[in-house]
Amino acid sequence: MIYDLIVVGGGPAGLAAALSAWEAGLRRILILERDRELGGILNQCIHNGFGLHYFQEELTGPEYAGRFVRLLRETDIQVLSDAMVLNIGDGDVLRVQTVDPIMGCRELSTRTVILAMGCRERTRGAIGTPGNRPAGILTAGAAQRYLNIEGCLVGRRAVILGSGDIGLIMARRMTLEGAKVLACLEVMPYSGGLTRNLVQCLEDFGIPLYLSHTVTEIQGRNRLERVLAARVDENRRPVPGTEIAFDCDTLLLSVGLIPENELTRQAGIEIDRRTGGPVVWENMETSKRGVFACGNVVHVHDLVDFVTMESRRAGAAAARYVLEGPAAGEEGALELSNGEGVSYTVPQRIHKVNGNARQNEKAEIFFRVNRVCGKSQILVEDGEGNRLAAFRRERMAPGEMERMTLPAALLERAAGGRLTVSVREEKGADVQ
Amino acid sequence: MKELICIVCPRGCRLRVSEDGSQTEGNACPRGAAYAQAEVTNPIRTLTSTVRVLGGLRQRLPVKTASPIPKSLLGAAMKELRELRVQAPVREGAILIPDLLRTGVPLVATRDDPGGSVKG
Repeated sequence: MIYDLIVVGGGPAGLAAALSAWEAGLRRILILERDRELGGILNQCIHNGFGLHYFQEELTGPEYAGRFVRLLRETDIQVLSDAMVLNIGDGDVLRVQTVDPIMGCRELSTRTVILAMGCRERTRGAIGTPGNRPAGILTAGAAQRYLNIEGCLVGRRAVILGSGDIGLIMARRMTLEGAKVLACLEVMPYSGGLTRNLVQCLEDFGIPLYLSHTVTEIQGRNRLERVLAARVDENRRPVPGTEIAFDCDTLLLSVGLIPENELTRQAGIEIDRRTGGPVVWENMETSKRGVFACGNVVHVHDLVDFVTMESRRAGAAAARYVLEGPAAGEEGALELSNGEGVSYTVPQRIHKVNGNARQNEKAEIFFRVNRVCGKSQILVEDGEGNRLAAFRRERMAPGEMERMTLPAALLERAAGGRLTVSVREEKGADVQ
Repeated sequence: MKELICIVCPRGCRLRVSEDGSQTEGNACPRGAAYAQAEVTNPIRTLTSTVRVLGGLRQRLPVKTASPIPKSLLGAAMKELRELRVQAPVREGAILIPDLLRTGVPLVATRDDPGGSVKG
């Protein structure tokens, strides 16, 4: 049997992609999930704030996942949990090698694959924190899983390094569970998390946020006993004489997420150095024919709602690939490039708009700015320097993903095979 | 005027609100004005946490208050949750405490637990 679609990963991206492929008419769909259950990271994100864009209501992570799992049960989409994908190989069709406790190692054939493996947290090794190696140093997400799934509080006095959303959420969560969170340290001069989380997770509980600070030493033999922090200069070098000591038994790291692309690389798929994920077309197809990708494996999102929207596009595109054949070739494609102030865009490539066949085609562009900007304009220019569009924003920050929609008519006008996205701050803009 | 950051949605509007909450500036939607008024008079928050589940498929059952409760009651509410034992099976949306701390707000489950042995 040849599957129409195999989805690698049963988190929010994989669930939305599989459902949208089903709605678009695919029938032989299999989701391979390495955990025991579907839902991915949402299962441990018990806080609310999910779904405001997609469902126009505020849900917790388990509720958001639950909606998709219930929809899935009404379909004949197959799910194999406890299954690990080892390799994606070529042939006349795609071959997915997988291993699970019941069937062991197998090779499954499929016409399309959607990569939805998500991302993982950067660890202490990734940021090179100096000092001893005692117990009590965890990523914020690991502590979240211990607390919300296993019911174990990882410590009593904690410091949080990094102001990413998971770190902020865990500061509140540990405080509610009776731990003392002494401080949240952020090496950058601005927070990496959503502003609302600074308010409702730190300010609400009187937890100080130290911007431009980092950990300079870790003390303790068996268990963490003390963390030394210091202010950093504009080159992120610690300033001598600014050390602060925190007596604590736990250090949580919330220092960024890395798309999990071992499988992608192994399959020889082109990776974008800036996102850490595969280079994708506007329909979420990767550089390998029939292989699509969506969600945090492509680029790290702030909001699951946008993961869902992006993944629905991937699912629909996989269905179209099977039912109508591959999208147009690379001829006449547009390459997106990052202009001033922009750190990446997704997609990185857009297929040529195909006359009447794809008239409603528009391209949804996600991007991030590389610094905090006040009142600004987002400019879209083509390869010959013609300005095609300009969008206004009151304020932008690297921690908050931006998006814009480019209609087919605009794409058709683009000359020179290139679109450049850049940011121009208005003069005298108030930057905070 | 007091300055606040709206936490109703991820947009995070910067609000200016009068002392009594009757005047708000900077909000992009009406929910911002309502938030600002509540914030200067009686700040409220939705509480999310987990409780013990007996005979469940998992160790913990995630829960939330069905609507926000006064911020000053969060600590007391956590004490109530610590005492609570829920018997599986339980459905998402099931009311676990009908009137949490006499706020009139129920505590509800945010996930199904069909029951079974705790794995892992």
